[in-house]
Amino acid sequence: MTLAPMFIQGVGLLGPGLPSWPDSQATLRGAAPHQFALTVLPPPPRLPPAERRRAGAVIRLAMAVAEEAIAHAGVDPQTLATVFSSSGGEGSNCHSLCETLASPDPLISPTRFTNSVHNAASGYWHIAVGSRCTSTSLCAYDGSFGAGLIEAATLMHTNAEPLLLVAYDLPYPEPLNSVRPLPDNLGAALVLTPAPTAHSIAELRVEPLPARLAPPVDTCGDASLDALRTGMPAGAALPLLQGLAHGLAGGPRELVLDYLPHLKLRIRLAAPPVPRA
Amino acid sequence: MQPVAITQHTLTTALGAGRDATLAALRAARSGLASKQFLDAGLQGWIGEVDGVDATALPARLHEFDCRNNRLAWLALEQDGFIDAVTKARARWGAERIGVFLGTSTSGLLQTELAYRNRRPDGSLPEGFRYAPTQNTYSVAAFATAAFELLGPSFVVSTACSSSAKVFGNAARMMAAGLIDAAVVGGVDSLCLTTLYGFNSLELLSSDICRPWDAGRRGLSIGEGASFALLERDADAPQGWLLGVGESNDGHHMSTPHPEGAGAIAAMRSALASAGLRPADIDYINLHGTATPSNDAAEDRAVAAVFGTNTPCSSTKGATGHTLGAAGGVEAMISLLALQHGLMPGGLNVQTPDPELRLNYLRANRDAPLRTILSNSFGFGGTNASLVLGAA
Repeated sequence: MTLAPMFIQGVGLLGPGLPSWPDSQATLRGAAPHQFALTVLPPPPRLPPAERRRAGAVIRLAMAVAEEAIAHAGVDPQTLATVFSSSGGEGSNCHSLCETLASPDPLISPTRFTNSVHNAASGYWHIAVGSRCTSTSLCAYDGSFGAGLIEAATLMHTNAEPLLLVAYDLPYPEPLNSVRPLPDNLGAALVLTPAPTAHSIAELRVEPLPARLAPPVDTCGDASLDALRTGMPAGAALPLLQGLAHGLAGGPRELVLDYLPHLKLRIRLAAPPVPRA
Repeated sequence: MQPVAITQHTLTTALGAGRDATLAALRAARSGLASKQFLDAGLQGWIGEVDGVDATALPARLHEFDCRNNRLAWLALEQDGFIDAVTKARARWGAERIGVFLGTSTSGLLQTELAYRNRRPDGSLPEGFRYAPTQNTYSVAAFATAAFELLGPSFVVSTACSSSAKVFGNAARMMAAGLIDAAVVGGVDSLCLTTLYGFNSLELLSSDICRPWDAGRRGLSIGEGASFALLERDADAPQGWLLGVGESNDGHHMSTPHPEGAGAIAAMRSALASAGLRPADIDYINLHGTATPSNDAAEDRAVAAVFGTNTPCSSTKGATGHTLGAAGGVEAMISLLALQHGLMPGGLNVQTPDPELRLNYLRANRDAPLRTILSNSFGFGGTNASLVLGAA
């Protein structure tokens, strides 16, 4: 592996039958069956009232998992660079804009337009936490989580600064749902640091691996959970989160995650070293 | 950062297809903007529409990608020997060692907007509508990856109007980390109803031609454009160098820049630091210069804070229009042309210079040997990116 290791310090998770990182661990470990239940998106308390009113589903989903990850990590979000990655942002907002634009009176709302940009979640987050750190917003269709992870690992390798990775996907209403079926909302977030800390959960190494050389990608075991892995772009993170939920006391875990048809990601999770005092 | 060789580059905007047409228009101080409607959009304004997009045919093997955005991408790729250059790079480095990182804001969304006009009686989208290769934000990078048969990392950066500047940073980092040896970078954004009506809804669209740095500027004119650059780990005869990349966030407002340009200042200083250069080393600045009252005022303050007010600068958006997610790449390619030909392009459409703005804003072309240029791109959501480009 050529990229420097990263250290996971915080995790956020919200999706169908996955109500939060702590409340999903039994399911992720296979100790409880996964049961699909529609995701409830909380309002984003950190946003100023004006922005909170305008915050659509994409903002609520991305900020919910980002908030959970930074609270878990116990870090100041103002200090974190961010990598946001999503296949399509807010599907219902896109649908509404396209409906209006197809009508005889195609005047659209400025809030809907502002929320339609792919980097809306990143923009609102940096406003909410008052951060001028660098941020990017990526898309690689079904490989959007993989794109975010490889970009996070590359940023960490070159800049060696803590960062927040947020992957999130939301469904389209009909008629777009028929051509891009996504079952529900799903988001996952990781706080990553360049060196181990007293609060590190795991060491994470990432390496791109040509599909021709890669073993089959790891699956989730539980069929309902695996349907999220294959049915939601952010679900590609689930085997990694399962590895964390199982714990690493028994030794490192190597996993292969989906990214692009021609390129997979091999990751290695290991117990973090004890930091020097 | 280690300088990265730019071994081929091309651009297509309302100024024309390819570098020669662009250079000729810049030399003639000709704008590509025209007062006309896009499709049947009933908006009064000036747009920078690229000639020949509708007539561009994708190769048969890539037909599933067919939409305005990918036609514009293909029209651009066919210019300046770019396809040959990537083919040679693939032979040299191997398909798995070349990445594709492109910027766009709306990709092929027009295809969906038009499909919504033609929904079937049951509400479904018309037969033949394909989501992934057209509407999805990744589609333009999927298209380029497929067109060049590349097997390296690939994604789209979509941070509004800084998208295709930021991709230079992604590629440089991946090369520095040893994951790839070369990359195709750039960006494509094509005209669509969402952006025309969207900027109109925010009252950021000028009914007059856009006039960056003019006292009476009223907003932007939207254009479309595509640009591509081939970056390689080393080269015998580079056409220019990527010397530095700086990125930051405003953390201030979704659609209005920080009034003092705090994020922009951070991006420019970071770009200079990554290039190992001082402000005085920059010969010319290609401004973001959208011609909205707030952008130009904030950028004027930000550039003055970093460079003082002597460095010659201009916005080329009066010529190309604001090509949104493609703007960073388009202006990087204009900057490379400027370095190669010793041409600082004058900013077009200024009638009355804004006395509040203090920068050394060029209103006419100026010829001078140029070694280094800084190009600014700032976007919705407060994303800022500055590139430092150097002469070969």
